[in-house]
Amino acid sequence: MEYAQELFGNFFGPEWGPALFVVTKNVLLIVAIILPLMLAVAYLTFAERKIIAFMQMRVGPNRVTFFGIPWLGGWGQPIADAVKAVMKEIIIPSGANKLLFVLAPILTFAPALAAWAVVPFSPEVVLADINAGLLYILAMTSMGVYGVIIAGWASNSKYAFLGAMRSAAQVVSYELAMGFALVCVLMMSQSLNLGDIVMGQQGSSFLNWYLIPLFPMFLVYFISGVAETNRAPFDVAEGESEIVAGFHVEYSGMAFTVFFLAEYSNMILVATLASIIFLGGWLPPVDMAPFTLIPGFIWLVLKISGLLFCFLWFRATFPRYRYDQIMRLGWKVFIPITLIWIVVIGLVMQLPSPVRGVFPLNLWFH
Amino acid sequence: MLENYFPILLFILLGLAVGALAMGFGWLFGPNRPDSEKLSPYECGFEAFEDARMKFDVRYYLVAILFILFDLEIAFLFPWAVVLNEIGLFGFVAMMIFLGILVVGFIYEWTKGALEWD
Repeated sequence: MEYAQELFGNFFGPEWGPALFVVTKNVLLIVAIILPLMLAVAYLTFAERKIIAFMQMRVGPNRVTFFGIPWLGGWGQPIADAVKAVMKEIIIPSGANKLLFVLAPILTFAPALAAWAVVPFSPEVVLADINAGLLYILAMTSMGVYGVIIAGWASNSKYAFLGAMRSAAQVVSYELAMGFALVCVLMMSQSLNLGDIVMGQQGSSFLNWYLIPLFPMFLVYFISGVAETNRAPFDVAEGESEIVAGFHVEYSGMAFTVFFLAEYSNMILVATLASIIFLGGWLPPVDMAPFTLIPGFIWLVLKISGLLFCFLWFRATFPRYRYDQIMRLGWKVFIPITLIWIVVIGLVMQLPSPVRGVFPLNLWFH
Repeated sequence: MLENYFPILLFILLGLAVGALAMGFGWLFGPNRPDSEKLSPYECGFEAFEDARMKFDVRYYLVAILFILFDLEIAFLFPWAVVLNEIGLFGFVAMMIFLGILVVGFIYEWTKGALEWD
């Protein structure tokens, strides 16, 4: 690293060298996050088709192989899909607002990626270790709704417009529940920094994770995450049986694929965030020899994969909610539950310290 | 402190660039043969009846307004939650009064039917 810094200093001079070094280093780090993420998104679509297929007693994609290696049947599918998407025509409807129509997928995609800047992958392995990490992620996930509503309006199609209105109202409603659930996490962790939140869950075993004292909040957060990413059973915004494909009905080819990528990377983000703030992030379930030998990053990936599996499982299992049921669940169930839990956690925190030292409270309220 | 945010700025720019690049590839490699039928809006095979930017349900406004109110509430709750250990019982009671006032508003809109979708 010092050698590279020196090389930049020699090459571009003392004035430009350090600045260019910082930019190059960060760009390389960002690419090192984006590339695996895009690969993960590609193979998440494959996993989704495979897992749902197995749940429905069929095999799923198994034909496209890598270089004809037979036992990799199906593993070439995401690559083939990507190539196909690039070769398709991007149709811009005649009545559409062309600039906004093209801008909308990019506006959905950029925040879905940018939110990954503050995600800690293991201790100290984080691109931007900022103090307001959780707030930043909340801001970025809410930016996604702009892309959706712009896409729906710019298409100048009734279905697209209706889908965008539904999606915006739904995302906005569930964001409240999500925000209140995060307030509970903050009360426990006393910090907005995601790394600090994980460190707050450190202890002898998984009993220290916020999952247990905040179990209702975990459910609220995860279900809100499913609703916020417009996934089944909350996918009325797409509702292919009623409003054909919702806000992206007029999108084709790569423009559609960019929406698709954003949705799937948002799914991975929700699963990652849930693992970090409730499931102890990179911490092993029991702080003992066989578990601590496995690197923290592997634990994080395992937790994320488990939650992503739930996403796919929900889609294979539940029928779609009606729109009024979705709004009722968001406003009349989740928001009251979270408000009550905030008061409960606050009350427990006001207990005198001898009472707080009683097991199991001493695990969470140090 | 602030320089921690530089990678984030870079990440947002790179995110925009990756999105734009993907769209650019689609435009570059895909065919481009528009015709008037292909460019017409999709309405299940029929000609579009009128402009799609039509009147819509007032409830969407209501949800938006309620969202602004509650999001402000969350904005007040965040700093309170982070320092709750330091401010102790007084801070807790003060926030409970604030929450109580907002809950009264919430109950009012609930009984008024602002949260109904039928």
